[in-house]
Amino acid sequence: MKVALTLRVNGETRDVIAAVHKTLLEVLREDLGLTGTKHGCELGECGTCTVLVAGTPVLSCLTLPVDVQDQEITTVEGLARGGDLHPLQVAFSELGAAQCGYCTPGILLAAKALLDRTPAPAREDVAAHLAGNLCRCTGYLKILEAVDLAAARMRGEEDGE
Amino acid sequence: MSPQGDFRIIGRPWTRVDGPGKTTGEARYADDLFLPRMLYGKLLRSHLPHARLTTLDVSRARALPGVYAVITGADLPVRFGIMPSTQDEETLCREKVRYVGDPIAAVAAVDEETAERACEAIAVEYEPLPAVMSIEDAIGDTSVRIQEYGDGPAPNVHKNVSLEFGDLGRGFAEADLVREDVFFFEGSNHLPMEQHSAVAQHDAGGRVTLWTSTQTPHYVHRALAKVLELPMSRIRVIATPVGGGFGGKSDPFSHEICAAKLAMITGRPVKITLTREEVFYAHRGRHPVLMWFRTGVRRDGRITACHVKTFLDGGAYGSYGIATTYYTGALQTVTYKIPAYKFEGVRLWTNKPPCGPKRGHGTPQPRFAIEVQLDKLAADLGCDPAAIRQVNATDPFTRTVNHLRITSNGLRECIERVVAASGFHDRHGRQPAGRGMGLAVSAYLSGAGLPIYWNDMPHSEVQIRVDRGGGVMVSCGAIDIGQGSDSVLAGIIAEVLGLDPREISLVTADTDLTPVDLGSYSSRVTFMAGNAALQAARKMRDLLLAAASEHLGVEPDGLAVGDHRVYAVENPERGVSFPAAAGLAEAMFGTLVTVGSYTPPRLAGPYKGSGVGPSPAYSFSACVAEVTVDAATGDVRVEKVWIAHDIGRAINETLVIGQIEGSVYMGLGEALMEEQIFRKGLHKIPSMLEYKSPTFLEMPPVETILVTTDDPEGPFGAKEAGQGPLLPVIPAVANAVYDAVGVRIDEVPITPDKVLAALEQKAKGGQGRVGPAGIPPFPFRDPLRVEPPAGWDAPWRPDLSIAGGAGGLPQDLHAGTALSDAKPRGDRREAPEGL
Repeated sequence: MKVALTLRVNGETRDVIAAVHKTLLEVLREDLGLTGTKHGCELGECGTCTVLVAGTPVLSCLTLPVDVQDQEITTVEGLARGGDLHPLQVAFSELGAAQCGYCTPGILLAAKALLDRTPAPAREDVAAHLAGNLCRCTGYLKILEAVDLAAARMRGEEDGE
Repeated sequence: MSPQGDFRIIGRPWTRVDGPGKTTGEARYADDLFLPRMLYGKLLRSHLPHARLTTLDVSRARALPGVYAVITGADLPVRFGIMPSTQDEETLCREKVRYVGDPIAAVAAVDEETAERACEAIAVEYEPLPAVMSIEDAIGDTSVRIQEYGDGPAPNVHKNVSLEFGDLGRGFAEADLVREDVFFFEGSNHLPMEQHSAVAQHDAGGRVTLWTSTQTPHYVHRALAKVLELPMSRIRVIATPVGGGFGGKSDPFSHEICAAKLAMITGRPVKITLTREEVFYAHRGRHPVLMWFRTGVRRDGRITACHVKTFLDGGAYGSYGIATTYYTGALQTVTYKIPAYKFEGVRLWTNKPPCGPKRGHGTPQPRFAIEVQLDKLAADLGCDPAAIRQVNATDPFTRTVNHLRITSNGLRECIERVVAASGFHDRHGRQPAGRGMGLAVSAYLSGAGLPIYWNDMPHSEVQIRVDRGGGVMVSCGAIDIGQGSDSVLAGIIAEVLGLDPREISLVTADTDLTPVDLGSYSSRVTFMAGNAALQAARKMRDLLLAAASEHLGVEPDGLAVGDHRVYAVENPERGVSFPAAAGLAEAMFGTLVTVGSYTPPRLAGPYKGSGVGPSPAYSFSACVAEVTVDAATGDVRVEKVWIAHDIGRAINETLVIGQIEGSVYMGLGEALMEEQIFRKGLHKIPSMLEYKSPTFLEMPPVETILVTTDDPEGPFGAKEAGQGPLLPVIPAVANAVYDAVGVRIDEVPITPDKVLAALEQKAKGGQGRVGPAGIPPFPFRDPLRVEPPAGWDAPWRPDLSIAGGAGGLPQDLHAGTALSDAKPRGDRREAPEGL
């Protein structure tokens, strides 16, 4: 059985007809072509598929699109403003916080949700906030540094000083 | 001169070239590919660990609407395997299954749901066979045979090796103290964040293209050609960016071959992506290894002899297992001068998913054992754990007793610096109960010295093309699995041509478009592809200088490149832009293409089995871990890790530190929590929730120290960073637990239940140890006795200063950064055992 959906993704309104059992993850990737959202388990265990719904991180593999129809959905493709990368994207790139890059979209979005609410989080708070996102490459340390650096730049402290 | 030397790029921190694309969703992994008319494939897998297939009826599946093809083993009868000598895998099992998860049939359907339903509609009947699930049973139970071949004497022995170097009897006779210890290292999965995925397409011209998440496109290319029975020239393999490998995507896999076959049958693209549970069953991860170590030392800590026995639980197929078996015995001698050394190793078949290479490939297990045993020896002798390692540390430009050539060697400096940074001498043995510090060291390959398929061709090849706009396009078979190989190529070429790494355009890991690189395994890419890139770039620079020389009227020797220009050294104002130089060179020479290649020097020793262990250079690491142990819960918390790594020279400091931090992380996971364990053939915890891996909250701070030794053969002096730094972490944690609470956990992972059991035992007056009680009796074959390199009685001379060891620097070793032995070889030798 299929269902007609109207989703607001990255500022655009998109109409989709999709099988009713499809998850938000599947609709984003397969029906809307937004393959920046990745999957690591499809069971809600690894955080890889994290997207923002009304600014809050959700696991798109456990979310039915019908439940988020009226809310703003942000995927990694919606982070940059035009050609300008989000400060988190710049910092992750500069500091090598993305190695294989597969967990990166989910972590970027989870970090964005934190920084949007808490412009100067303590290192422990960043770690606690991101603890649901697994990464197997970095040992997490460069990610923490990159979030710190991006937060500092977003506060207007250019070099993170 | 700065610590980076005269380099503009090399050795400095800079943004990896694939960094931006990995933060925007632009990087396209295999499962991100959606081709027109694409079908979805699924594999039907065995749910029994060992059984004969009596019925396999796919007719109902074929008849389902939306199902386009169903294939079984009869469609792909040719066997394959990563090692030429162990071609024991069937794409789809024909007569029997050997582990839960062994593939039986594959379907292609209009969508995943239909493909799943089709798998369910396949009728399979099994005749269950007794399953062998442990090392002990594999040795003791002779009534069951898992594979049709093996080394014997028991039916489930895959490989049985025994090597003896030097005079073991004399070594132990000269010892003042001899210890025997038994250790166990549990298996673990790589747990890459990206599940394996492959997309195949068969075009109208009859060519097959496979996009796949693989570390070894070249070997997938070979396996596809073999099983599909097509010439390699009709197959194109493109490795997509790999979302985490760690060794787990180094074998050719059934799902890759099935995708290709299904595409050929249906005439439509076919994608197969594994579920997370399937990744645990596809496995190829860390071998569980039971180990016995007997080591003799003199009163001053000097090792006189070492005898090692290893028992590897290989799972149901060969994979890289022959190499793994040898690796459990190969590298102990690279850190320590061991005058007499005996290694006996056996790999056993069990009805579990096949084990293979995981970060450190067969060496983390014995490294755990020898480093913990040295800690025990130091305690027995009342000597400092750092001192016993310094006393035995190998020297630069020597050979080991098992004929491995060591070139640059920063081991001593690594130990000194990590000990100083951590305050080890003030804190080891001097902290309150519950807090402790442990030290361990290690060495690892910068690429295997021998290829998997023995031949005389280069291990890595690079082509550079410069266009008349000054664009630089590099093609190389190397695949970036996150380790930064794209950045290594771009950085080296940019350094030589005076450009920025971001300006270098890269085409990688596409068997149609790129010359071969053997793959992202054995920590080989920086060293080998790096050297090939360096050679190609220098040739290109020579062409540009020759053309600019004529134009500027300055001899080529008087010209330099830099900042997008070719200019006179004496008068930097006099020069031409890089694009102008390219135009002049194209006018002079025609199309501007240069190539470079790298073949390691001939390094195998004079014995069967010497193919595993040699490398053109070894990295060295030393690690101190500080832990707190909660005596009430047995919980081990790692407070901080200090690690010093002899990198030779960093190509990109940011990426090297990233590799080291990632290695520390993965080592901590193995030390404390990760285990691939089974109940009646079923994986106990095949999910990312239950298979515990460290999160942000468990990761301690890491202080990384880079030791520069400028390897004479490495590109700009570089050595590996991706695997070696994992090795010392695990024993450093084990030794720190002992320092904290006085118990020995001789078994990895060090879980709270084991710590509690050991503490309880100690409280009752016991020895306070958890670990295996012994090893099963096993008839290793008679050892192959190998004479050590000349001069190897040196360490026994009583007047010898600590810095002994046999000189081994070959006559032809180049000084400075230069390619070594990239010349074609005249005579051909028999392939060494194991490769």
